Amino acid sequence: MNELDYGTPAVTSDREVTLNIDGVAVTVPAGTSVMRAAVKAGVMIPKLCATDSLAPFGSCRLCLVEVEGRRGYPSSCTTPVEAGMKVKTQTPKLADLRRNVMELYISDHPLDCLTCAANGNCELQTMAGAVGLREVRYGMAGANHFTDVKKDESNPYFTYDPAKCIVCNRCVRACEEQQGTFALTISGRGFESRVTAGQSDSFMESDCVSCGACVNACPTATLMEKSVIAKGQAEHDVTTTCAYCGVGCGFKAEMKGSEVVRMVPWKDGKANEGHSCVKGRFAWGYATHKDRITKPMIRAKTSDPWREVSWEEAFAHAAKEFRRIQDKYGKNSIGALVSSRCTNEEDYLVQKLVRAAFGNNNVDTCARVCHAPTGYGLGQTLGTSAGTQTFKSLEKADVLLLIGINPTEGHPVVGARLKKRVREGAKLIVIDPREIDMVNAPHARATHHLKLRPGTNVAMLSALAHVIVTEGLINEQFIAERCETQAFADWREFAARPANSPEAMEAVTGVPAAEIRAAARLYATGGNAAIFYGLGVTEHSQGSTAVIAIANLAMATGNVGREGVGVNPLRGQNNVQGSCDMGGFPDIFPGYRHVSDAATRELFEKAWGVSLQAEPGLRIPNMLEAALDGGFKGLYCQGEDPAQSDPNTQHVQAALAAMECVVVQDLFLNETAKYAHVFLPGASFLEKDGTFTNAERRISRVRKAMPPLSGKADWETTMALANALGYPMHYEHPSQIMDEIARLTPTFAGVNYDKLERMGSVQWPCNDKSPDGTPLMHVNGFVRGKGRFMNTQYVPTDEKVTPRFPLLLTTGRILSQYNVGAQTRRTENVQFYSEDVLEIHPHDANERGIKDGDWVGIQSRAGDTVLRATVTERVQPGVVYTTFHFPESGANVITTDNSDWATNCPEYKVTAVQLVQVDQPSEWQKRNVREDREQRRLLAVAAAK
Amino acid sequence: MNTKLQPIFDTHKGKDGALLPILHDIQHALGYVPEEAVPLIAKQLNLSRAEVHGVITYYHHFRQTPPGKHVVQLCCAEACQANGSEALAAHAAKRLQGADVTLEPVYCLGLCSIGPAVLIGEDELHAHVTPQKFDALMNGLGVKK
Repeated sequence: MNELDYGTPAVTSDREVTLNIDGVAVTVPAGTSVMRAAVKAGVMIPKLCATDSLAPFGSCRLCLVEVEGRRGYPSSCTTPVEAGMKVKTQTPKLADLRRNVMELYISDHPLDCLTCAANGNCELQTMAGAVGLREVRYGMAGANHFTDVKKDESNPYFTYDPAKCIVCNRCVRACEEQQGTFALTISGRGFESRVTAGQSDSFMESDCVSCGACVNACPTATLMEKSVIAKGQAEHDVTTTCAYCGVGCGFKAEMKGSEVVRMVPWKDGKANEGHSCVKGRFAWGYATHKDRITKPMIRAKTSDPWREVSWEEAFAHAAKEFRRIQDKYGKNSIGALVSSRCTNEEDYLVQKLVRAAFGNNNVDTCARVCHAPTGYGLGQTLGTSAGTQTFKSLEKADVLLLIGINPTEGHPVVGARLKKRVREGAKLIVIDPREIDMVNAPHARATHHLKLRPGTNVAMLSALAHVIVTEGLINEQFIAERCETQAFADWREFAARPANSPEAMEAVTGVPAAEIRAAARLYATGGNAAIFYGLGVTEHSQGSTAVIAIANLAMATGNVGREGVGVNPLRGQNNVQGSCDMGGFPDIFPGYRHVSDAATRELFEKAWGVSLQAEPGLRIPNMLEAALDGGFKGLYCQGEDPAQSDPNTQHVQAALAAMECVVVQDLFLNETAKYAHVFLPGASFLEKDGTFTNAERRISRVRKAMPPLSGKADWETTMALANALGYPMHYEHPSQIMDEIARLTPTFAGVNYDKLERMGSVQWPCNDKSPDGTPLMHVNGFVRGKGRFMNTQYVPTDEKVTPRFPLLLTTGRILSQYNVGAQTRRTENVQFYSEDVLEIHPHDANERGIKDGDWVGIQSRAGDTVLRATVTERVQPGVVYTTFHFPESGANVITTDNSDWATNCPEYKVTAVQLVQVDQPSEWQKRNVREDREQRRLLAVAAAK
Repeated sequence: MNTKLQPIFDTHKGKDGALLPILHDIQHALGYVPEEAVPLIAKQLNLSRAEVHGVITYYHHFRQTPPGKHVVQLCCAEACQANGSEALAAHAAKRLQGADVTLEPVYCLGLCSIGPAVLIGEDELHAHVTPQKFDALMNGLGVKK
């Protein structure tokens, strides 16, 4: 199971060097270590402090070698290869040295191997064997570090046992080099040297973010997963893809039978290259949580108790209801939501079911409420709706511009990669109303933090464009070759208008003009510049405009279509990219082809054997509106929870309550399921085969590690529902679904499971033109042909502060929780963050007499709720901030119906609110508690039967 | 704490490798480097708390707790050892039991030919310190037996 460890990281170089190691000639790139070259030559040099995820350190003195013509015994990890070098790794002298070094290590190490959690997978043990340690002449008496030492068990997922520590520094270096948190250090010196978290804190009190890099790097049982301590070492592993955010990290699920022992980041995973975050690495316990519902259930009314039924009965009931509703209210009275957490194959099937079996286009996905403006904005300007570069290529960026994104919380592995690049010297510009961690990360401070007012992105981006246009920073050649001439000329005139100058926009954004000018110059002239953005851009009334403005900036400076540059929307969920790619929208077929396009429709009609509607169907907000108007009566909701995640909760609840058949397919009885009539148990990512597509368009395999708890994977459930509706679907395996997708979708034409098996992952477009996929988009020309500039007039949102609602509420995420929290709330991650809090600036807090920890009532035009206050200067005066991970918080009770003009993406990021001191929960929260209790009772009835 | 540290931070603003000079200045001003100072130093220098803590604990010179009324440093380097500093250290530890004096070992005060050497406070050097001379010095400081 253990992958080959080359000891030091791979080096790229144009020059190759040939040397001789133990008589074997080996050729490696210049700059490679002797240790790594030796592994390539099939020679394993003993080592303890070296591992190929970390820079060489040279402290353990086990990897010493002899080099012909040189004195002494250099450490092979820190010695670069040279042409013609002759290296000996095994001589009697080296054997002596290594044995002596090992003897010293073991003289301060407990000899409890048989009962140690690392037994069978301990590098110290292996190396003791490799060097032939037979005795410890120093004895075990005397001062040591292993008697009377206290284990630190504060972290819910791993323990720190100083008794086992050999002070190799791997954990400290992993925290610094891979994760960039610098939470660990070696305290003291000499014999006193100890691995220490923070200022001799416990791990939980320290700055540790539980990414697991240190645990992964530890060669002994010093840092050890509690799950391995409990269950022992795994016996096989399954390579798969994380089901949390859109980074799409590769993992090895280490298994014992069908039980997960631990999740280990996969070194060959292209998105993460062996790194991970607390969610993917540790928070997988939800998959077998007792709240999982594993039996299908139905009920006539939502106030009735649930009744467990057979799968057949559930499908028959749902199908009968859907057909009854269509007969009564018309073909378009039902629809479905595609899950951004399910696989591509499953998403494809749901939209196929809607189009072929429901016979309409009423299918939407939660991208509606997150990155729909990305689809529109990038589609209009560049021609395709996706990130333009690979995560890997950010290693070649010189300027990183982050706007409306908090990567260290929302996309932690990309956050770690970005911080690393900044530590290597890239300049960082952060545009965010709040001081996110990246602004002041250790050794990675932002050069500019443009702390703008919420809702003024477009003003800011136009001001940046103004500087680029008026200060002669345009990449004229790039534009002449690659962009539409007239559109550019119009835009140039627009951007140059005095009304768009930083000086004019200063009053709007609240950011000093000089700071905006400096940031614009840096972006335009600092070398390779890459933009990363998130929901802080899209979830606005001008979300699409802001995305267009971002594309304009990138085109104007020629920062698209090369390594190290690009425009990167970081997607929120594991497969939100895929759910869009697979046609999970009311207006497009798989591959972003409009339903009004006759040729495409004909293609699908022929393949699916049905006639298809040429008119776009309903978007989520339209479905909800129509439900309240009485024209939309049935919803098939797969792996999504609009009752918690969508804005204006009370509105969503009322719409769901107005429907006659709501079918929820989920792992848990989520908020939406409280309004459901049919519950179809879902399967976690560990229980099925398929693929996820990440934010860099990378299609990666999801592999079944355990059988579905309910007996069915989600694709099987959708298939059976289609069959019950009278539309035949027959697939033996998701690979057959992918084959159908490939047949019908030009950008996926070259994708198949054999290729994924061979290559590990592939980035679309993947077809005859690029059979190995397309890491970089828009290389020689834009997907749409010529890039199109579009004017981005700033229009303030209707959501304005008034004397009645004087503060702006904006929302965001926290590292340890994931979206609506259905998964992470059912793991030990609640120890890191157990409730949503309201961040408020000390100035605003003082004015209202609010103290840290007080309950405060938050009122908006849409509703009110109560949260606990955290007084902090992270937010600016006039702005309050919260997360939305806990249903009882009701964050979306406050958010309004305002939405993006082009795509209806809700304006989650700007809500005018007032705060009042309160001593009890809001009316909504009290009702929510009552209803929650009632629905759990109805569930218990089903379980009891 | 912030108001005490700000002038020190200002002195070293923008300088490379400012951590050690800042730690020295803080210890000079406060007699030690308080725990609460660490996050502020870290923020000032764009370091982590752990890194600052690592440096403070690496150098024995930096104290993490307030010193006694007097600080007495006794040279324990080779030359002074040869002249009986180990016995003097044992005597000093006994003499200073319960006294408000911080006794610290120091490795070479540059008085190798006239050891054992002792430093009182920041700049009061004494050579040829015998246990009797040590007692006299302590009595002179008013350190009660």
